[in-house]
Amino acid sequence: MSLTLLIEQILNGLQFGVMLFLMAAGLTLIFGVMGLINLAHGSLFMVGAFACASVAAATGSFWLGLVASLAAAAAAGALVEILVIRRLYERDHLDQVLATFALILIFSEGTRWVFGSFPLYLDIPQLLSGAVHLPGGAQYPIYRLAVIGVGIAVAVGLYLLIGKTRLGMRIRAGESDREMIGALGIDIGTLYTLVFALGAALAGLAGAMVGALQSVQVGMGEPVLILAFVVIVIGGIGSIKGALVGSILVGLTETLGRFLLPHFFGLFMSNSEAATVGAALASMLIYIVMALILAFRPQGLFAANA
Amino acid sequence: MRKLLAASLLALSASVAGNAFAEPIKIGMITTLSGGGAGLGIDARDGFMLAIEQSGNKEVDVVIEDDAQKPELAVQIADKMIQSDKVDLMTGIIWSNLAMAVVPSATAQDVIYLSVNAGPSALAGAGCSPNYFNVAYQNDNFHEAMGEAANKDYKKTFIMAPNYPAGKDSLTGFKRFYKGELAGEVYTKLGQTDYAAEIAQIRASGADSVFIFLPGGMGIAFTKQYAQSGVGLPLLGPAFSFSQDVLPAIGDAALGVKNTASWAYDLDNEANKAFVEGFREAYGRLPSVYAAQGYDTANLILSAAEKASVKDKDAFRAALKEADFDSVRGKFSFNTNNHPIQDFYVREVVKDGDTLTNKIVATAFTDHKDAYAAECKM
Repeated sequence: MSLTLLIEQILNGLQFGVMLFLMAAGLTLIFGVMGLINLAHGSLFMVGAFACASVAAATGSFWLGLVASLAAAAAAGALVEILVIRRLYERDHLDQVLATFALILIFSEGTRWVFGSFPLYLDIPQLLSGAVHLPGGAQYPIYRLAVIGVGIAVAVGLYLLIGKTRLGMRIRAGESDREMIGALGIDIGTLYTLVFALGAALAGLAGAMVGALQSVQVGMGEPVLILAFVVIVIGGIGSIKGALVGSILVGLTETLGRFLLPHFFGLFMSNSEAATVGAALASMLIYIVMALILAFRPQGLFAANA
Repeated sequence: MRKLLAASLLALSASVAGNAFAEPIKIGMITTLSGGGAGLGIDARDGFMLAIEQSGNKEVDVVIEDDAQKPELAVQIADKMIQSDKVDLMTGIIWSNLAMAVVPSATAQDVIYLSVNAGPSALAGAGCSPNYFNVAYQNDNFHEAMGEAANKDYKKTFIMAPNYPAGKDSLTGFKRFYKGELAGEVYTKLGQTDYAAEIAQIRASGADSVFIFLPGGMGIAFTKQYAQSGVGLPLLGPAFSFSQDVLPAIGDAALGVKNTASWAYDLDNEANKAFVEGFREAYGRLPSVYAAQGYDTANLILSAAEKASVKDKDAFRAALKEADFDSVRGKFSFNTNNHPIQDFYVREVVKDGDTLTNKIVATAFTDHKDAYAAECKM
């Protein structure tokens, strides 16, 4: 195992974490501000990917597809908030889970109805194809570096939005006391729709960027959703900072675990056995980390309302 | 929460019921028509139904239900088909874990089950049954064929599969015939979609080729990322990751990939020509290997129905075992454990006009049998 391989794996973990952050940021915002558990967040990820793939196929431009993914996911998010989610704020979490689970089924079958059951084609843009040489001789795909860049830009953007703008002030106020800010004359309905659309747009963006790396297919959002929930539980529900730290932690743990554990077991087992045991333990690793963090900090690392 | 999910899924599946006529042969088809693996089930179903339609046999009634790739759901559907629909035959399951949940109990209730795809080793060896016919392959077969074919060009292969029973069967099958050295052996998480970490390992391993078994979306994701990474070593695999259902989604990244199967659309025989043309006409796309297996399964049933009544189980089983039908795979017969004896081919992904597809470039095995037949006592 060389240093360049380790550097490459750390970058991979970072890239994975940044992608998770885009999902988790929206999820944690929606939970923090509106107190809503949105299982359908993964569907918005899928909407973004399908919008990007179909627009890219029709126009030949990945960039137009990316714009379309933001627009489509934000629109789908706003629509869902107005039609369905709005009726759920006063209900308990079980009702929210049930309704948003129904949304997953509707989105999945709706997408299948429109696009068919077979995965769509989406490739990375020409501009970002190829690899760069990193110091130390490692090679790394430009596209993945770009994903890291976009993730960092979004994190900075969200920080400025929430910390420095009037909208951000309202979002923070909504998190700490939603009745009071309603009483102060702020249109809480519009604020909720905006936050929901923002979270949806981030999920859509993640879907489009990941779609170019993976496969654009029905049900692609749910595995990511599970990890995004792990992230916000680790980071502390409602906290953007927590979502960022949690995402990077989960991304690095997952990637390095997958890579290092089989090596570790290889020290005292046959290769075939080490591969099996290492892989099995690696897939448990982030849940073990989550359990440990919850044992010592049940509210998560940076709980917003603690 | 889990109960909640299960209940909602149940409600959903209940609405997807088939039609029913009280006609001589009643076939229950449980297959995957929703979720990420739906493309495989839809192809198997379409191939199966095409053969029934082409035969013009109006006596056959097929009840189709969606298992959503969930074993517990498949078991419920199977119970319903056996007890209330009273089907004579069952077929359709794509995934080995679902087959293991359904097949042993169905065959124990004296229902004949014909597999269109899944071929777990447990059902080929000690767990074989006179009521179980596998019309596709035993799970290890495609991988064994690639192991054998790889001997010709490669000395140091990096091998990778998901960490679940079929993944282990895969690498075991490959290693059974591969004589070279392994540059690495990696098990990935089932359903994993990001392979950056594994690709970095491949790059560092000093391999001269890469063998992967990653069905469905996993294969699409890997192949795209592998092409983007610029590693560039020859990619080998069973047909599952490079079949007609996923090729359009992978795109040109799949060009040149060698993969093994018992069928390809350019296989030169009359039955196959009729199948490929009929499938294209009926559904407007090229068939995959799953469609071919579904088509053969239906034709096998039809051939047996001409010889024996399905109510006379012994006679019908004997008629099935003769495998007296025109297979799209050319030669096809059953071994002692009711699993196929057939040829396996090396195919290469090529561009035919604008369509990506597979062309046969070599034969890996002739009249190949699975490794478990000796353990089958029946």
